[in-house]
Amino acid sequence: MASATTAPLDVLPPTAPRSGLFGFTRAQGIALVVMLAAIVVLPFFVYPQFLMKLLCFALFACAFNLLIGYVGLLSFGHAAYFGMGSYASAYASQTWGLSPELCVLIGGGVGAGLGLVFGWIAIRRAGIYFAMITLALAQMVYFFCVQVPFTRGEDGIQGIPRHALLGMVDLGPDMRMYWFVAAVFLVGFLLIHRVIHSPFGQVLTAIRENEPRAVSLGYRVDDYKLLAFVLSAGLAGVAGGTKALTVHIATLIDVNWPMSGEVVLMTLLGGLGTLFGPVVGAGVVMAMETYLAPFGAWVTISQGIIFVACVLAFRAGIVGELAKWLRVKL
Amino acid sequence: MTLDRRAILGGAAALPILGAMPFRSARAQANNTVKIGVLTDMSGTYRDGCGPGSVTCVRQAVQDSGVTGRGINVEVLQGDHQNKPDLASTIARQWIDRDGVNVIIDVATSSCALAVHGVVKEKNSIMLNSTGATADLTGSACNPNTIHWTYDTWMLANSTGGAMVKAGGDTWFFITADYAFGHALERDTTGLINKQGGRVLGSVKHPFPGTTDFSSFLLQAQQSRAKVVGLANAGVDTINCVKQAAEFGLTRRQKLAVLLMIASDVHSLGLQTAQGLSLSETYYWDLNDRTRRLANKVKGDMGGAMPTMWQAGCYSAALHYLKAVADMGVEKAKASGAETVVRMKAMPTEDDAFGAGSIRQDGRKLHPSYLFEVKTPAESKGPWDYYKLVRTVPVEEAFRPMAEGGCSLVRT
Repeated sequence: MASATTAPLDVLPPTAPRSGLFGFTRAQGIALVVMLAAIVVLPFFVYPQFLMKLLCFALFACAFNLLIGYVGLLSFGHAAYFGMGSYASAYASQTWGLSPELCVLIGGGVGAGLGLVFGWIAIRRAGIYFAMITLALAQMVYFFCVQVPFTRGEDGIQGIPRHALLGMVDLGPDMRMYWFVAAVFLVGFLLIHRVIHSPFGQVLTAIRENEPRAVSLGYRVDDYKLLAFVLSAGLAGVAGGTKALTVHIATLIDVNWPMSGEVVLMTLLGGLGTLFGPVVGAGVVMAMETYLAPFGAWVTISQGIIFVACVLAFRAGIVGELAKWLRVKL
Repeated sequence: MTLDRRAILGGAAALPILGAMPFRSARAQANNTVKIGVLTDMSGTYRDGCGPGSVTCVRQAVQDSGVTGRGINVEVLQGDHQNKPDLASTIARQWIDRDGVNVIIDVATSSCALAVHGVVKEKNSIMLNSTGATADLTGSACNPNTIHWTYDTWMLANSTGGAMVKAGGDTWFFITADYAFGHALERDTTGLINKQGGRVLGSVKHPFPGTTDFSSFLLQAQQSRAKVVGLANAGVDTINCVKQAAEFGLTRRQKLAVLLMIASDVHSLGLQTAQGLSLSETYYWDLNDRTRRLANKVKGDMGGAMPTMWQAGCYSAALHYLKAVADMGVEKAKASGAETVVRMKAMPTEDDAFGAGSIRQDGRKLHPSYLFEVKTPAESKGPWDYYKLVRTVPVEEAFRPMAEGGCSLVRT
């Protein structure tokens, strides 16, 4: 992905200095504190259901960013892992009556398993071919979901119950569910951060910057790519599983290709290859969808305009441009 | 600014204190205000039959109810669920939690209706469903917070399907919209055909929403050699099927059974294509003086279009709800959706759309249904003069008997 690799170059030096706290630079530390404060304070002012959905999509976008921002692989089929995670978690909660943490883990497991198979096929090709293969495989998942009885076709799995967390804490009230979703998001977010700053993450960056050189250095590039793919798909599954429990419904929307496009938009708008970009991007896209919803078609039109403006004028995305302007790494 | 591990950990420790801040209630609002949310399809397949017209009819009901003269404010909100159940459920939750909506009316599309059906039960709110068709709302899925107002799949199957079988159409092939409504309609019609000694030769399901090319489904129907091709879909899907069936010459050997077609669909199709079709509705604007009076009141705000049964159902439902609110007092009506529904069931209904009626224990609103035949262009005297009344199905026969529905409310 030539276009994906050039944009964030000046934002993220390939040999990121392992400075600061827990691998965060000072600017990132401040941003993290701001984000934590927002997560804690916002539910008292903003509708918690909206925030929960936002956090789920933010995690989804972060997982996607792990792949495109740090390995340079543009997957155009991430809806499959998100949607299947959501269906799996919905089914586990409704039919098996499992507790939320298990449902979310099952969602993640299904996403990762699917990612293992699809990734294994897709990483054999690069660039546009990679994107097309992931899209084709994801559409196969979509048609599978349309046909099999357990997803209930166009109706979706409705009225998903939220059971007690660890069998003890009832997550029925939205505020309690909010803290659970926030915790899932933070764990996912920090995990991605940790992965990026591990030696494994450094190799991924090396592959993104110059794959033949990484090969010549003796790294088994395919294995690294596949592992990153599985991680990303698994986290997308976790995000989907959490979303299903949050909104009490899992439908075909989650698994269809516009969802794959949406996550690309979120990541691109926020800033490819930045830690906080996908979170900001998810926030902007979700807010647009929610507050423009009464105007129908204006959602897609404004999304289109923003996408074009972003690609033409500020290619590094909101957070990317901000980081450039402040000369820090975010 | 120095920021070290200790500062961050300290900050993290302080967060729960912020968390203990009191929760600001969004429900605080004037006590004499009732909020009605019209949740419908404003942009998709069913827009013409419900959509903005439903909102107009609800506003008309507010005006006709006269509650504003008695010190009750009524606010009408509208929402577009784009026929997506997850969006419908999200909007319904948001309306109830954040905006303090007391009753949700219309909810087109059975899958969305079922989603909102679950939400209103969970939140003890109310859904008065006019456009959603699945008979499960008052059957296996029934709950004490929903009233199914205008019609349902059982009534359509019974009226249109029954008439077709009686006329000799004893072998059927279904083209079914692949979601709750299509499934329910196919199931109910199949049950009726089997009961009357007919046979279903096969069926094919088309994706919903978004199918515009029905050629492969129509060809399969043609090859089945069934005498009747049943269209278990609605809105633009049915319109496209009827048009394309005419183009394929399907109607030369087989009969089309349009199980759900309403006046606005006939208007879109034109009489040239639609003439001779049999269909069932519970409201037609030109039925009697009262239905004409309602149509004349609202058509100005609907761009000259006559109200469909879906829109008339929204009018009737909103009117009856406001009567119950006036009867109970706003405070009490807003406190519990289920109790308001109990009161609505206890009161007889009376309005221009359906005349006198009642609401059954399982949440089924009762009124007669009508079997119509679409006029030929020569018979029609002007715009919106579309139907000939063939048969009036009396109240006792129009809807599924309560005992057959399997609704848990009936036993208690």
